Amino acid sequence: MASQTATKSHPYHMVDPSPWPALGTVSALSLAIGGIWFMHGGPLWAIAPGFILLFSTFFFWWRDVVRESRAGVFHTEAVNHGLRVGFLLFIASEVMFFFAFFWAFFNASSPLFNRVAHTTWPPEGIVPFYAWGLPFLNTLILLTSGATVTVAHHAFRLGDRPKMVFWTGVTAALGIIFLLLQAFEYSHAAFGFRDGIYPSTFFMATGFHGFHVFVGTCFLIVCYFRARAGDFTSQKHVGFEAAAWYWHFVDAVWLFLFVVIYWWGSLGFTGVYSH
Amino acid sequence: MAYGAAAAHDEHEHHPTGWKRWVYSTNHKDIGTMYIVLSMIAALVGGLMSWYIRLELADPGLQFIHDTQFYNVLVTAHGFIMVFFVVMPAMIGGFGNWFVPLMIGAPDMAFPRMNNISFWLTAAGFVLLILSALVGDGPGTGWTVYPPLSSIAYHPGPSVDFGILALHVAGAGSILGAINFIVTIFNMRAPGMTMHRMPLFVWSILVTAFLLLLALPVLAGALTMLLTDRNFGTHFYEVAGGGDPLLWQHLFWFFGHPEVYIIILPAFGIISQIVSTFSKKPIFGYLGMAYAMMAIGVVGFVVWAHHMFTTGIGVNTRAYFTVATLIIAVPTGIKIFSWLATMWGGSIDFKAPMLYAMGFIWLFVLGGVTGVVLANAGIDLSFHDTYYVVAHFHYVMAIAAIFAMFGAWYYWIGKMSGRQYPEGLAKLQFWVFFVGVNVLFFPQHFLGLAGMPRRIPDYPDVYAGWNMVSSIGAAITMVGTLMFFYVVFHTLMAGKKAAANPWGAGATTLEWTVPSPAPFHTHEEMPVIGGGGHAHGGHGQVKPAE
Repeated sequence: MASQTATKSHPYHMVDPSPWPALGTVSALSLAIGGIWFMHGGPLWAIAPGFILLFSTFFFWWRDVVRESRAGVFHTEAVNHGLRVGFLLFIASEVMFFFAFFWAFFNASSPLFNRVAHTTWPPEGIVPFYAWGLPFLNTLILLTSGATVTVAHHAFRLGDRPKMVFWTGVTAALGIIFLLLQAFEYSHAAFGFRDGIYPSTFFMATGFHGFHVFVGTCFLIVCYFRARAGDFTSQKHVGFEAAAWYWHFVDAVWLFLFVVIYWWGSLGFTGVYSH
Repeated sequence: MAYGAAAAHDEHEHHPTGWKRWVYSTNHKDIGTMYIVLSMIAALVGGLMSWYIRLELADPGLQFIHDTQFYNVLVTAHGFIMVFFVVMPAMIGGFGNWFVPLMIGAPDMAFPRMNNISFWLTAAGFVLLILSALVGDGPGTGWTVYPPLSSIAYHPGPSVDFGILALHVAGAGSILGAINFIVTIFNMRAPGMTMHRMPLFVWSILVTAFLLLLALPVLAGALTMLLTDRNFGTHFYEVAGGGDPLLWQHLFWFFGHPEVYIIILPAFGIISQIVSTFSKKPIFGYLGMAYAMMAIGVVGFVVWAHHMFTTGIGVNTRAYFTVATLIIAVPTGIKIFSWLATMWGGSIDFKAPMLYAMGFIWLFVLGGVTGVVLANAGIDLSFHDTYYVVAHFHYVMAIAAIFAMFGAWYYWIGKMSGRQYPEGLAKLQFWVFFVGVNVLFFPQHFLGLAGMPRRIPDYPDVYAGWNMVSSIGAAITMVGTLMFFYVVFHTLMAGKKAAANPWGAGATTLEWTVPSPAPFHTHEEMPVIGGGGHAHGGHGQVKPAE
C-alpha cells in the first residue's frame, strides 16, 4: 500500500487484494442452496448460514471502505466522483427492478395495457385499503422524511456536525415509523397473500418497497454513527450523499405506489375501458 | 520511457501469489483472465451438449436420448450456458476487463474489488446452473422458461428454482460489472482521450453496459415473480388466480431482446478494431459507427414483442413491432458498410484475426437478412418455432459472437500471454471451423422452411437428409473446436515471444504501446492522447511503442 501511494501519479484508487468478494460469493451460493432446500420442505434455518455470511461480507467490506476513506489518500475527488456516478447507476438499475412489478400491476389491472386484463379492478371479492387513511399518513411521513434528509444535507454542506447528526437521526426515525405502520397495515389486510393476482401485485410491489425503506434506514443509521464519529466534512461526505439519494429514490417509488396501486387501483372504475 | 519504468517497478510490486492472487484479485488483467478461463470451461460443457443434440438429430427416431425430458434439459442448459457463461464472460468480463482500461489509458477498473465479485458471482451462477441440470428431472423449459411449463405444476422439483437463482446470482454480478465499466469509461479516461476519440471496442462495451444495467433488473423482477409463484403462492403468471402467462413473455423479452444485443455489441467493437488494424486504415465513419451502436441499443429496448407474434397480441401491436424491428436494419447496415469501406482500398493483411472478422461479417449479414425476414409478423406466423429461427439466431448472434471471440483471442493473445499463436495452424483452424458452422447451420434454413419444429428430439423421415448434413457439420465444427484448444495449448506452451506490437502500423490503440505480456500494472503514468490531431480519424491513437 505504501509503495503504491509513493509511486502512482494518477488520482485513482488501486484497491488492495481482498477476501470479501469471495466470501460474498460463498454467501450467495449458500443462500441459494439453503433457500431452495427451504422452499422444497427444508427447515427455515437452512437460509441462516447464507445470511450470516452475507452480513459478515457487508460488515467487513464496508468496514474496509470506511477505513480507506478515513486514510485520506485514497478517496481523491476523482475517486469520489466515480463512487457517486456508480451509486446513481445502481439506483437506475433499482428503478428498472420496480419497473417489472409496475408492469405486472398494469398488465393485470388495466385493459388499456392488456386486452385480457380484469374488467373490474380490484377484482371481485377484494376489498382494497382506503387510500386516504393509513396509506396517506405513510405518504406524509415519507415526504416529511424527504424534507428532513434535505435539511441534513444542508448541515453536511455547512459541516455543522450536531445538525447533521440530529436530522439524519430524525430521517431514520421516520423510516422506522413508516415500516411499523406498514407492518400494522399488512396485518389488517382484508385479503391474504395467496388470494390471487391483486394481493400478488399489492404485496410484492409494496413489500419490495418496504424492504428498500429498511435498507435505506440502515444506510441512514450508519451515516448517523459515522457523522457522530466525525467521518464527514463539508467537502467530503459521499456516504451520506449516497444514502440521501437512495432515500429520495425510495420516496419517489412510494409516490408512484400510492398514486397507482393505493389510489387509482382502489377506485374501481377501470372497467369503463373494457371492450 | 514511462512504461519501462512501470515495468521495472512491477517486478517488486507485491501482490499475493498462489490461489490468493486469483481469489482475492483486484487486478483487471487477472480478473479478465479468470473470466476467459471460465468461458472456455463453460464452452466445453455447453458445446458438448449441442454435439449430443446433433448426434440425436442425425437420424429420425430416438437413438441416444430416450428420456425426452433429458433432451429438453440439454436444450435449456445449452442455451443458458452459451449466453450467460460463455459469450458474456468472454466478451465483456474477459476482453472488456483486459482491454477497456488499457485502451483508455486507465491504471485499472474504477472499482477493482467489485470487479472481483462480478467474476465470482458469474462463476457461482454457473455452478448453480449445472446443479439445476443435475438435481431432479432438470429444467426442461428452454432458456425462455415460459410458464406454465416452468410453473410448479409441470416442474415440481427444485431444478427450475436452481435455474432461477443461477440467473439471479449471475445477473447481480453482471449489473455490478456494468456499473464498473460505465464509471471506468466515464471517469478514468487518460488526458486527451475524449469520448469521440475512444476506440470502438470501448464504445461497444459502454453501450453494452447500459443495456445490462437497464435490462437485467427487469429479468430479476420477472424471475422473482416466477419464484414466488412457484413457492409462495402468488399468481402473477397463474391463470387460475387471475394472472397472465403472457406477462412473463413480455418481461422476459423486454430483457431478452436487449440481451441479444448485449451479446453482439462487444463483437461489433472487436471486429472494428481487427478490421481497422489489418486493413491498415482508421475505421471508416468512426462517429457513425459509435452512434449506430447507441441507436441499436436504444431501439433494441422497444422491439421485444417480435418474439411474441404468435401469442395472440393485437394486429396493430404486431404492425408496430414489425416496423420497429425493421428499423434496426438501418444502424446495422451502417456498421456492415463501414467495415467494408474500411477494407476498401486498404492493404489487407489476411492474418487469423482478420479471417475471423471477415467470417463474422459473412455470418452476421446472412443471419441479419433472415432476421429481416422474421421481423415480418405475417411471415413469422409460419416460421415461429421452426428451425428457420434456430438457423437465424445461431448465424446472427451465436456463431457470429463465437467468431468475434476467436478473432479477439488471436488478436490479443500476444498482449495477454506474451506469446504469439502459430499463424498457419490458426488459419487452418479458421477454415475448418468456418466450413463446419456453415454446413451445420445453413441446411437448418431448409428444414425450417419445410416446417421442422425446434426443441423436439424426433422428426418425420422427410427431414432426414438435411439433418444428417447438419450433424456432419457439427462433427466438422467439433474438430475445429478441438483444434482451437490445441492452438491455445501450443501458444501458451511453445508460442513465439510476442512483440509489444505484433501487427505493425495498423495497430494504433493504446494496448500496443505497453510491453507483451502486459505488466501487472499498466498506465501508472497516464498517457496523453492526441493534441492537435483531428478527433474523428485519429480515435484513441498514439504513436506505436517501437
